[in-house]
Amino acid sequence: MVEAKSLACERGGRLIFKELNFTVHGGEVVELRGPNGAGKSTLLRLMAGLNRAAEGSLRCNGAALVNDHVHYIGHNEAIKPALTVRQNLSFWQSFLGGPNIEALKPFRLEQLADDEARLLSEGQKRRLALSRLVAVARPIWLLDEPTVGLDQAALVDLRRELQSHLQLGGMVIAATHADIGIKGSRPLELAPTP
Amino acid sequence: MMRSTLMALLKRDITLARKQGGGFGAAVSFILAVVVMVPIALGPDPNLLQRLAAGMMWLALLLSVLLTADRIFQQDFEDGSLDLMTMVAAPFEMIVLTKSIAHWLMVSLPLAIIAPPLGLMLNIELSQLPMLWAAMITGSLALSLLASLGGAIAAGLRRGGLLIAILILPLYIPVLIFGVASTTLMMGPQSSLPALLVLLAITLMCLVITPIASAAALRAYLR
Repeated sequence: MVEAKSLACERGGRLIFKELNFTVHGGEVVELRGPNGAGKSTLLRLMAGLNRAAEGSLRCNGAALVNDHVHYIGHNEAIKPALTVRQNLSFWQSFLGGPNIEALKPFRLEQLADDEARLLSEGQKRRLALSRLVAVARPIWLLDEPTVGLDQAALVDLRRELQSHLQLGGMVIAATHADIGIKGSRPLELAPTP
Repeated sequence: MMRSTLMALLKRDITLARKQGGGFGAAVSFILAVVVMVPIALGPDPNLLQRLAAGMMWLALLLSVLLTADRIFQQDFEDGSLDLMTMVAAPFEMIVLTKSIAHWLMVSLPLAIIAPPLGLMLNIELSQLPMLWAAMITGSLALSLLASLGGAIAAGLRRGGLLIAILILPLYIPVLIFGVASTTLMMGPQSSLPALLVLLAITLMCLVITPIASAAALRAYLR
């Protein structure tokens, strides 16, 4: 369970949000909603330990949120164009401390495994980034616009992986403009501060 | 767990440097340019060249390592890899240190091995070579660590090269002084060992201090 209490975040001297309270339980999806600039990405980076909260606390099961419990898929995909698809994924797998399993399958990247990542299209890069979620098991998934650039088949893949993550008691917090398509997902509205 | 994390990073950085060039080619060309141009600029006086050779080689090594500094963190910063690198159990300082070591293995160390024989073009004395090798290999680690510090401070800047030069050149001066001293003192009556030991001490100090400073600089960018 992740619990945020009167969270506030500042960027460049400007208050992005304040007095934000929410809880996320195991097996739950929270969709962050709000106009551009409302602080969706900022909140995700804050939960990933990349930003610091100006006020308030963020706790996981009563202890401080540790960032090696967290998967963060941001706008930058952390893919090296000079390495092959397989090399890219297996690097993150061993770097993030996952078991040595084949994780190309869920997002159908086996065909591309030995191509250099610079040849991938935007959607394929996105799928490679999302494959990290499967490659290394971590309880909290923070997804920043995960559906951008994905085709219908990849969306189905993503939903399937999200479902199986939730069944194992994982948590998903996703910033989206489009509906992510998971039943029982809870919206969290972020209003822009004046 | 931490070891496999760091080994994976070291392996990746070495692969990347092999595949896309970590700036080693440019650095070698720079040293070559120095040994070719200096005799033309100063005139072909063998005695003059011999006196200047060790100092010139050190200058060439210093500046060529500096040329590659802006690549150390910039790409990882821009493509979001650095974000993910903070999300492991291993301390960020160790990750930064691992990247510096990869830079040393792929750029500074090969340069330090290649540079002394190139000094023969400046009529360097053969008896000086072993000491120059020892000093350059020792000092090259300090050069990589300091270059990483510069690279970390300029990671988020588009054209950070000038800033790196201004910030890091002063820190290179102790390495230069004791590096040259350990090689040139051999020609006088004094032993050159103390200078080499001071150089070693500087390197060890850099090994402890620069990862902490670089990690702090990078964290400030990620926020």
